[in-house]
Amino acid sequence: MKRFVNLGLLMSLLLVFLAACGSNQPAEGGDGKAKHAVVFKNTGNPYGEKEMEGFKNAIEDLGGEAILRAPDDPSVEDQVKIIEELISQQVDSIAVVANDYDGLEPALKKAMNKGIKVLSLDSAVNGDSRMVHVNQADPEAIGRTQIEAVSEMIDGKGQIAILSATSQASNQNLWIEWMKKELEKPEYKDIELVKVAYGDDLRDKSVSETEALLQSYPDLKAIVAPTTVGIAAAAKVITDKGLIGDVVVTGLGLPSEMAAYIENGATPWMYLWNPLDVGYLAGHASHSLVEGDITGEAGDKFKAGELGEYEIIEGEDGTEILLGDPFRFDKENIEEWKEIY
Amino acid sequence: MGDRLMEKQSILSVIAKHREAGLIGFIIILSIVFQLLNPKFLTIGNLANLITNTTILIILAVGMMLVLITRGIDLSIGSTLALSGMTSSLFVSAYPGLNPLLAILLGIMVGIICGIILGYLVSIIGILPIIASLGLMNVYRGLTFWSSGGGWVSAHQMPASFKGIATSSFLGVNTLILIAIAIFLFFYFFVNYTITGRQIYAVGSNPESAEITGINSKKILLLVYTIMGGLSGLAGVLWVSKFASAQGDTASGYELTVIAACILGGVSIAGGVGRITGVLLGAILLGILDNALPLIDVSPFWQMGIEGGIILFAVLFNVIVNRAVQQNELARRVV
Amino acid sequence: MNTRTISGEREFTWKKFFLQWEWMLVLILISIFMMNSSISPYFFNFINIADATMTFLDKAFIVFPMVMIMIMREIDISVGSTVALSSVVMAMLYNAGLPIGLAIAACLLTGALCGFLNGYLIVRYKELSAVIVTLATMILYRGIAYMLLEDQSAGGFPDWFSYFGWGYVGTIPFILVLFVAFAVIFTLILHKTVFGRHIYAIGSNSKASRFSGVKVDRIKLIVFTLAGLTAAITAIFLTSRMGSTRPNVATMYELDVIAMVALGGISTAGGKGKMTGAILAIFIVGYLQFGLGLINIPAQMLLIVIGLLLIISVTVTNLKFKVKKKKTVGHPQQKNVS
Repeated sequence: MKRFVNLGLLMSLLLVFLAACGSNQPAEGGDGKAKHAVVFKNTGNPYGEKEMEGFKNAIEDLGGEAILRAPDDPSVEDQVKIIEELISQQVDSIAVVANDYDGLEPALKKAMNKGIKVLSLDSAVNGDSRMVHVNQADPEAIGRTQIEAVSEMIDGKGQIAILSATSQASNQNLWIEWMKKELEKPEYKDIELVKVAYGDDLRDKSVSETEALLQSYPDLKAIVAPTTVGIAAAAKVITDKGLIGDVVVTGLGLPSEMAAYIENGATPWMYLWNPLDVGYLAGHASHSLVEGDITGEAGDKFKAGELGEYEIIEGEDGTEILLGDPFRFDKENIEEWKEIY
Repeated sequence: MGDRLMEKQSILSVIAKHREAGLIGFIIILSIVFQLLNPKFLTIGNLANLITNTTILIILAVGMMLVLITRGIDLSIGSTLALSGMTSSLFVSAYPGLNPLLAILLGIMVGIICGIILGYLVSIIGILPIIASLGLMNVYRGLTFWSSGGGWVSAHQMPASFKGIATSSFLGVNTLILIAIAIFLFFYFFVNYTITGRQIYAVGSNPESAEITGINSKKILLLVYTIMGGLSGLAGVLWVSKFASAQGDTASGYELTVIAACILGGVSIAGGVGRITGVLLGAILLGILDNALPLIDVSPFWQMGIEGGIILFAVLFNVIVNRAVQQNELARRVV
Repeated sequence: MNTRTISGEREFTWKKFFLQWEWMLVLILISIFMMNSSISPYFFNFINIADATMTFLDKAFIVFPMVMIMIMREIDISVGSTVALSSVVMAMLYNAGLPIGLAIAACLLTGALCGFLNGYLIVRYKELSAVIVTLATMILYRGIAYMLLEDQSAGGFPDWFSYFGWGYVGTIPFILVLFVAFAVIFTLILHKTVFGRHIYAIGSNSKASRFSGVKVDRIKLIVFTLAGLTAAITAIFLTSRMGSTRPNVATMYELDVIAMVALGGISTAGGKGKMTGAILAIFIVGYLQFGLGLINIPAQMLLIVIGLLLIISVTVTNLKFKVKKKKTVGHPQQKNVS
């Protein structure tokens, strides 16, 4: 009896494995296609899904095979694990959206030593652990544009606050730096930045931070949230409290998530780049690196399909490719974009 | 024997009372400190925020209390919450005309199914609750990602009626608060005045003797995990409606906050001990910390350490008071 | 409990020997190797099989003391936070100018202290269960790590530091060599020493063993301190793998470790389970993840597979115990195997 129970369960165990794997067609190695991998921060992030989709589109246009990976939560250690698995599969290139600026260095160096081309996109790794970085937009432009926007929304006068994530991916902090620099200009002398709050990119925390801002600063005119979770949480609080028109919310947000708040006026307009394009550009950059068209040196030029020609430039730490300026979403165009991403 | 048991019961109830008074005192002192540091703390608007943000924690803590009383634990509630929230919001985005009550019902159903599976593993198969719920935590989380295909359901895909569950109010009181009050009252009555409710305590304080006195402890365990699942399902719908966004990683790690609220409220993981009023206070204490620490400009990076310190302090304080009370009782009996 | 073991010994047969849980684990491990080789052309070569151990052995060091803890019917869920705190302390002290050797020593000391505090509180306040104590310290230790480093990351270690996580002894990863050494030592301690026998005694009956002269408190204190110490060893390897650290590393490691121990057949009903089972479980989970990673299975499917593996295997152990109990004791309703 016992043996039958054991055997039966063992069989079902094996069946579960096989079923789990059967649903996923194994990578048919060795058919000569170049294999390009992209590793995002975590699964279940629609922004990341779009970025990986753009990457896949580019690779498939170019006749390669795209491998899309992401750990189930945004941790460095899981990304290291995935990179190790990719090295074992002998991929030709790895593009990462990093969870930490320095934490992937040993893993990516091992990959480069094995002849794999390595680049980062969106959230960068340090200059030593990559050949080139695909930057979604110039941090300076992102920072300055948001201050220009908020100034226009509140007629250049009043208190504003920033609701950030707590991202060490360094981009948040860099944007906030540029916002502060922009605020030093004389035309913003009547605007006061009262606080930088951190919502940890958690929905409940972002809500309570927003509520705390509204409680502590009753005269608050605007909240700038350069993070997709933060801006949605802030706009939701403003909507629920009936403060539309009194306090404006702007920053960087996903069109699909923010459509409701752009339509009701809580957020007059906001910015973001197109994640599909970021991924698409990174896909072409991977391909060009593998083909040897570029080496990641400043001055190299390559064609990125329908996006046109790009040139590699010297960045603050290592070389990078700039996608372009952030895109503005408002009542006019949100209807069309909310279906896309 | 019976006498001793009775006496023990009364000692425990004395301790429990002491403990709740202590918690209330602690909450009052904290509130005064926060009020002095930021006069915005004790305003109607802020208190309304505080209570609304604590409701989901209260709902879950009530269920977790029942589980802990039976010497169990449920680590899967964060995932259950996410799965039911995702299912119901996928459903309302597909059928926007749906009555929000049906969406709530659907969420509760999903939660109950999750709870029954866990209850079955714990009570019938006899797997340790921490292990069974750990495994299911992974499974339910994976199913949440899988059911949404890695995407999320965002505000514009949800009909206004669904988002209204959490934002509407009745007689000037937010619906979330009303739901939490209803659940609190129901379970207060349930654990204190029904036979099944008392049996839960009996199973927790002494499973063997409970079995001998004819209590079907398997049934009780199954019931407790089913209730926990149902409450997580309800909390899932409320969570998603409140934040107007359903994602794969919703409420990840939230189970530990819920357990912490119960422990602060005096529920013993050794089973058999715990009062629903204490749990309410524990949840409110955590709610106050979450609400007030940002208000008084505590660095966000210190919040976790402060919370951990307060939990450890409260737990140790409880033990020390317990020991003192017990010694007192003993001394009295000798005299 | 005792009757069961005694009757089990009396009825020794080869059939029984091969029906032990550890053999089942060996079978599972073999089938995972077969499955991996059939689904990915990259799996079955020495370099990849050896290199794969680098991806999952870091947390495996904590498994050894956790086996002992769970045999004693306790649990420690603060180990992930201990990893983070000791890693952060090490990086900060090194960046503050301390030589790397001292920083590593400080890391080990921090871990041991964290474990010692857990053990002390559990032994001193017996009313508190280990779940409560380690839940509180889990929040506290990670909280302290956040206080120290806020949202920064710290690193910049000397080049040779990466040897821990990336280095080889010949063609075998260094971490595997050290792991094997630990495995031998801990297996011997648990199964061949008085200390180990006392751990089993505490697990099957804490009170009785206290009366028969087992120093329960001291043993618990030592084992919890060991858990902290191995968490610090994990921290060194993990930090070396990443070259830098931050307060949110090793989140949920405690659950991974507990899952491995449970899969290894350690029953917290007290006094049951073998170190070999847990060691096999480490490789089962590790190679399963690595193999599925090689075919780029989505992370959420991996979650489901690991969760089901845990539940199904524990169900099998429990059914096995039940059947045995019916036969030997004849008390089918006597419950609480777990």
